[in-house]
Amino acid sequence: MSLEPSESTKMHRTLPKSSSGMRGLDEITAGGLPSGRPTLICGAAGSGKTLFSMEFLVHGATRYNEPGVFVAFEEKAEELAVNVASLGFDLNQLQADGKIRIDHVRVERSEIEETGEYNLEGLFIRLGYAIDSIGAKRVVLDTIESLFAGLTNQGVLRAELRRLFEWLKEKKVTTIITGEKGEASLTRQGLEEYVSDCVILLDHRIENKISTRILRIVKYRGTIHGTNEYPFLIDDEGISVLPVTSLQLNHPTSVERLSSGIPALDKMLNGKGFFKGSSVLVSGTAGTGKTSIAGSFIDSTCKDGGRAIYFAFEESPHQIVRNMRSINIDLQSHLDSGLLLFSASRPTLNGLEMHLLNIIRLVEKFKPNVVVLDPISNLITVGSTSEVKSLLTRLIDFLQSQQITVMFTALALNDGKAEQTDESISSLVDVWILVRDIESNGERNRGLYVMKSRGMKHSNQVREFVITDEGLKLVDVFLGPVGVLTGSARETQQLLERTSEAIHDHAISRKDREIERKRLVLESRIAALKEEFESVQEELNKSYIEDELKKSILNDNRKELTHKRDNLL
Amino acid sequence: MEVNEEIWELRLYVAGKTARSVTALANLKKYCEEHLKDKYVIEVIDLLVQPQLAEGDQILAIPTLVKKVPEPIRKIIGDLSNEEKVLVGLNIRPAN
Repeated sequence: MSLEPSESTKMHRTLPKSSSGMRGLDEITAGGLPSGRPTLICGAAGSGKTLFSMEFLVHGATRYNEPGVFVAFEEKAEELAVNVASLGFDLNQLQADGKIRIDHVRVERSEIEETGEYNLEGLFIRLGYAIDSIGAKRVVLDTIESLFAGLTNQGVLRAELRRLFEWLKEKKVTTIITGEKGEASLTRQGLEEYVSDCVILLDHRIENKISTRILRIVKYRGTIHGTNEYPFLIDDEGISVLPVTSLQLNHPTSVERLSSGIPALDKMLNGKGFFKGSSVLVSGTAGTGKTSIAGSFIDSTCKDGGRAIYFAFEESPHQIVRNMRSINIDLQSHLDSGLLLFSASRPTLNGLEMHLLNIIRLVEKFKPNVVVLDPISNLITVGSTSEVKSLLTRLIDFLQSQQITVMFTALALNDGKAEQTDESISSLVDVWILVRDIESNGERNRGLYVMKSRGMKHSNQVREFVITDEGLKLVDVFLGPVGVLTGSARETQQLLERTSEAIHDHAISRKDREIERKRLVLESRIAALKEEFESVQEELNKSYIEDELKKSILNDNRKELTHKRDNLL
Repeated sequence: MEVNEEIWELRLYVAGKTARSVTALANLKKYCEEHLKDKYVIEVIDLLVQPQLAEGDQILAIPTLVKKVPEPIRKIIGDLSNEEKVLVGLNIRPAN
């Protein structure tokens, strides 16, 4: 959505165009308004015609070096200057610099008597003089229809208007003519008959008491142009038209990952968190901690030096900051460092389109890495589900094209069926995290599921989601013999398990001691048997030695006797 | 009539010497001679020569006759062919 003429403009050189400098308008007109030709801007009172024309003129004078003449039939120069000062246009300065000239043409019927033939040469001369005096390239006639109120001779007027437009074409000035919307025609006086090159309709529509400004190019000869109704915004930066419906599905994709700020959740998402530029839906029943998840995501992003915008549709920024502090998430520091921007508005403040424009405008200005919308369910109060879906589609498209990760929170009604918001937008998002109340044993606990996560392996498990003073935690749910246990049931079960473990441990140690004792007994018995064996062995040895001894003694004795007998012989 | 004491300051705006402006001037002079003899001043302004003067008197149509004095300011546009209307416009004759 650049302000410069895009590539496509260059392809249509056949029709030169004057850049309007208005955000988005040059895109849908493929370059701007037709140069050197008149363009009719029509719309009801208060639809922004004068502002549109003035912005065209001022941008021309300041950005494109094309001075301009503003012929005001309704307002005085001073009034105009005050009216557009809110947009930051200093008309007095621009007039002093010779970049803009304002000519107030007053037609007072009560002062004028018509007699005989006349023409509007005076107007031509005035205009010609004004144009030549500053070398104007752009002219605005706002609202030329006032002439019809001041002069009675319609025949002369119509002929002169036709001549005027021809004359302006010859002068090669790009002209805007504004006209009030008529009953059955685009303008009350049928100006569209004279201006056949480009007609733009501005509308201010009220639906359900909520207003939306709409711009439509009714015709634009000799060029391609967007034909839709484009919502536009008038704020302190002037007019922004955002052709968000023209987007195609060809955004770049990233493999970069962003942490959700909850380590255990990252772990469920293949260990790394969300893809950069993806869209995340966090849905859940009331009070399940959706905002806390969003806050945690923002906190983690800002801590890594990323920028984030928090669009709050339910709570005020102060309230969110305070509440987040209670779970140890300090958003105030990010606000102070300028990494975080809050934009809080009631959904009913604007129509849906205006919300979208606001979001896109802020995003373009702030250039965040992460955007949070909390909660989108409230937007349904200003539009139907299909409108919200269309809005979100365009928003997601836009954000993805900018590689911005977006997190929506949505309130789901606990009615047992798939929730309507979820159902309608879950197909659009890349990651869907569901936080659900699990009610049992007289208490509610939060269970967190990753319903889907495109392009990555993700956990299919339910985790218990616990909000503590230190932040958000995911606890592995306890799979007991009776199923999934959460909350105090989980704790009870864990306690029980611990007790039995202690008892078990105790039992084991007793058995060990008994074995030890038995071992000691056996060992002492073994020792006794050994002693016994040794004494038996000794006994056996003793008799054996005695026998040997006896034998040798007997031998000796026999030898002695033999010897003695020999001697006797 | 007390207006008799005053001088009519009349300005006729034209754009070049077109047939229409010549007619207008001729008509004006004729009426003034008839009704305001010696009590009028006619200034003819050619906007082709002095275009910057068009803004001051809020001139759109050509020819335009502006009566600045006596008050109120009135403008009469056209070739002034309708004498009745011109006289009413110049406050010479009350409208009826």
